[in-house]
Amino acid sequence: MTALAPRPTSAPVRVERWTPLSGVFTAALVVLVVVLAFAPRLFGQGTLDNLVELYFLVILAIMWNALAGYGGLVSIGQQAFIGIGAYAVVFLSVQHSLNPYLAMLLATLIGAGISIPIAGVVLWLRGGAFAIGTWVVAEIFAILVSLDASLGGGTGTSAVLAFNLRYTPEQRLRNTYWFALAAAAASLVILFLLLRSRLGAALQAIRDDEEAAASVGVRVLFGKGVLFVLAGAGCTAAGAIILAWQLSILPLGPDSVFGVNWTAKMIFMVLVGGLGTFEGPIVGAIVLYLLETYTATPLGVWYLVMLGSIAIGVALFAPKGIWGTVQERFGIQLLPVGYRLRRRA
Amino acid sequence: MTTTLLAVERIDSRHGLLQAVREVSLEIQEGETVALVGANGAGKTTLLRTIAGAHRPSGGRVLFAGEDVTGVPAYRRARLGIALVPEGRKLFPELTVEENLRVAAAARREGRWTVDEVLEAFPLLQPLRRKRAASLSGGEQQATAIGRALMTNPRLLLLDEVSLGLAPLAVEALYHAIEALVAGGTTILLVEQDLARAMRVAGRVICMLEGRLVLEGEAARLSREQVTDAYFGLRTGATAGGGGA
Amino acid sequence: MTWVNAVVHGILLGGYYALLATGLSLMFGVMRIINLAHGSLALVGAYMTFLVAEHADVSTYVALVPVLAGALLIGYALQRTMLERSLRSGELVPLLATFGLLIVIANVLQRAFSPDVRSLSAGSIGTASWRLTSSLTISWFDVLVLGIAIVVLVGLQLLLVHTQAGRELRATAADPDTAELLGVNSRAVYARAAAIAVATAALAGVFYAMRSNFDPSAGPTQLIYAFEAVIIGGIGSLWGTLVGGIVLGVAQTVGAQIDVQYFALAGHLVFLAVLTFRAIAQAGAFRSFGKVVA
Repeated sequence: MTALAPRPTSAPVRVERWTPLSGVFTAALVVLVVVLAFAPRLFGQGTLDNLVELYFLVILAIMWNALAGYGGLVSIGQQAFIGIGAYAVVFLSVQHSLNPYLAMLLATLIGAGISIPIAGVVLWLRGGAFAIGTWVVAEIFAILVSLDASLGGGTGTSAVLAFNLRYTPEQRLRNTYWFALAAAAASLVILFLLLRSRLGAALQAIRDDEEAAASVGVRVLFGKGVLFVLAGAGCTAAGAIILAWQLSILPLGPDSVFGVNWTAKMIFMVLVGGLGTFEGPIVGAIVLYLLETYTATPLGVWYLVMLGSIAIGVALFAPKGIWGTVQERFGIQLLPVGYRLRRRA
Repeated sequence: MTTTLLAVERIDSRHGLLQAVREVSLEIQEGETVALVGANGAGKTTLLRTIAGAHRPSGGRVLFAGEDVTGVPAYRRARLGIALVPEGRKLFPELTVEENLRVAAAARREGRWTVDEVLEAFPLLQPLRRKRAASLSGGEQQATAIGRALMTNPRLLLLDEVSLGLAPLAVEALYHAIEALVAGGTTILLVEQDLARAMRVAGRVICMLEGRLVLEGEAARLSREQVTDAYFGLRTGATAGGGGA
Repeated sequence: MTWVNAVVHGILLGGYYALLATGLSLMFGVMRIINLAHGSLALVGAYMTFLVAEHADVSTYVALVPVLAGALLIGYALQRTMLERSLRSGELVPLLATFGLLIVIANVLQRAFSPDVRSLSAGSIGTASWRLTSSLTISWFDVLVLGIAIVVLVGLQLLLVHTQAGRELRATAADPDTAELLGVNSRAVYARAAAIAVATAALAGVFYAMRSNFDPSAGPTQLIYAFEAVIIGGIGSLWGTLVGGIVLGVAQTVGAQIDVQYFALAGHLVFLAVLTFRAIAQAGAFRSFGKVVA
């Protein structure tokens, strides 16, 4: 028997989090956000309006990906929070005369608060039961709101009063734009920090194999709970922005703020962009935004058919999505949430 | 004149990234009983599954009764006459013993094996006909699993570690039945950890190590030492200096 | 309407839910697929029957026959093309793919048939009713639906237990790889199960269209109810689906008795209550079991 090979004096690989590319990209992203903050000075009303839509789509995509891609929780009920966000802003700013932007901030906190008892009910469930359970929760909220006359009942309500008494349309658009940009940036930063933290590693372990993760001491329910509350808060913020953007809302029907079509869009963005990657949802949001801006009106009813068909196609043939495929093929990571092993020269 | 029932030609099989079977070739004549031995992880189960069609090889061919079946899916191989009793028995837990046996009618093969024949060959199963498979003991489950494979009226029976986890008495009874099968002319390839038993029941012994075939020969002509050495990868007739603690 | 009437109505409604949910339960039990497009496929059955009945100028019942045959084929094809493939990428993907299908169907139906509300004729049975007491009236049609639901469930049960195809189905559901070793073509088994699932869905869809008005957006709502029935009754049990359907039906009709607008809400609340109760019971059971063992 030969003796064991001698142990090398230093490890032959080094653990890195940042690569030159990701460093450059992150810096570029920060610069971009700063530049975008000046957009109201640079662009016209139409562009600002479009950008607000892009921002809330980004928030929704990030949040849905956080749940499904990092937590393995497929929720078809996030629209509950979108509706809660929209209606909370109306409630606070129209009925209680709060400044609408303050109301939007408060609404986000309310949404986060409501997400905790909801988590208590649904996080026990797995897979399809969780999916349907979240959808049922959304339906319950929709029905409760539609039964409440003070919130406008089945015919909906609007926040026109709250905004137009205080701001001109240009001011409203500008303020909404900044709020949306800040919310989107905050969502990115929070998720980024979360994924780089210990909890982030725990979440990836949970996603890969829940039982194995639990057996090494990962607090599975806590991890999922954090994700659920974060996603709840994020979707609530998005709902508040949607309210500020379109001003009038409905509780029921295909265009409602509690409608399952919102989930359809979230699924589309994340699937097409790349489930479980950090950059993926952003890519997906941009794709959806482009499709919506340029194809929605000419296609009419076929627009959603197209979206659904693309979603099916991607699910069957390219389940990794655009960014997932790119990442796999080229090993690129623009935002450093993972670890890399680099051989020492 | 015996025919070559099974011919395995330079089979390579992978388990994910791990190469489980490397360039293995062997032949089995109709009516033979061959024992496949080797340490855990040597690739025996993977080889058996590749022969049965449950695992696709990355290289090489499998020929059954002269036909190339390398690309044929598992369920069609069962219909051609290859039956595998998988490691761990794998009975359908909520089905009764009889129902487990009768699923094998899916192989659509005629032959001497019927439910009654199986119960005669494994008398311990007779009172258990209507019992849920999940409630059986290890030995009873193994008997059911073998009986179930027999119900496909196979030409080639593959047995993967049938004595694993069983009490000695149960193993005795099992091998009693296996010996009857051998005497009846069934072609058998069995994987067995118990070397003594393997060499007693088989006409030929094959040893695998780390995916390769390292020894092959008639059971009567091979010594225990030869097989053990091949099993552990030690050189037989070693010169001084080799081996040691 | 009195309370007794409401409860009886709920039980009969449960028959419809059981029929609708059977396919969902079958697909999940055999293939672990949750078909979110199930309700939409039921609706397609209703619209197809409408088309056949109109163009061939026959009654709804006659039109059902070719529609059911078509549904069997559609289910088979759906499994072989879409569902089989999506299963390979893990449990998440079928959820996403079937959700995409739900959206596609809802919007194609809307384009093809307009958002108008319609109804299918149920013939003379549709309006016939049976006055038992002064406060209890039962509609013949509802009894028919419950009866057919029970027939279908019994038929499926017999199929599963007493036929070779049924044995192969149960074996494949338990362990497809081992079933293959015995000569079972698992892909064909799955496709057959999907065919049955879609056919029962189409049948339920037609009954739905006969008892109430329908429009292209009805699919998702029916899916939620079907799923609630399956989960309340316990996943994996055919008779449980009947029980679940009845519990849901009674919850809804009793809720409607309190206030007509509480129909769906009552069902949802009962659903969540059952889920929560069951989840807590499971967690509690494990914890106390752990204490005994540890």
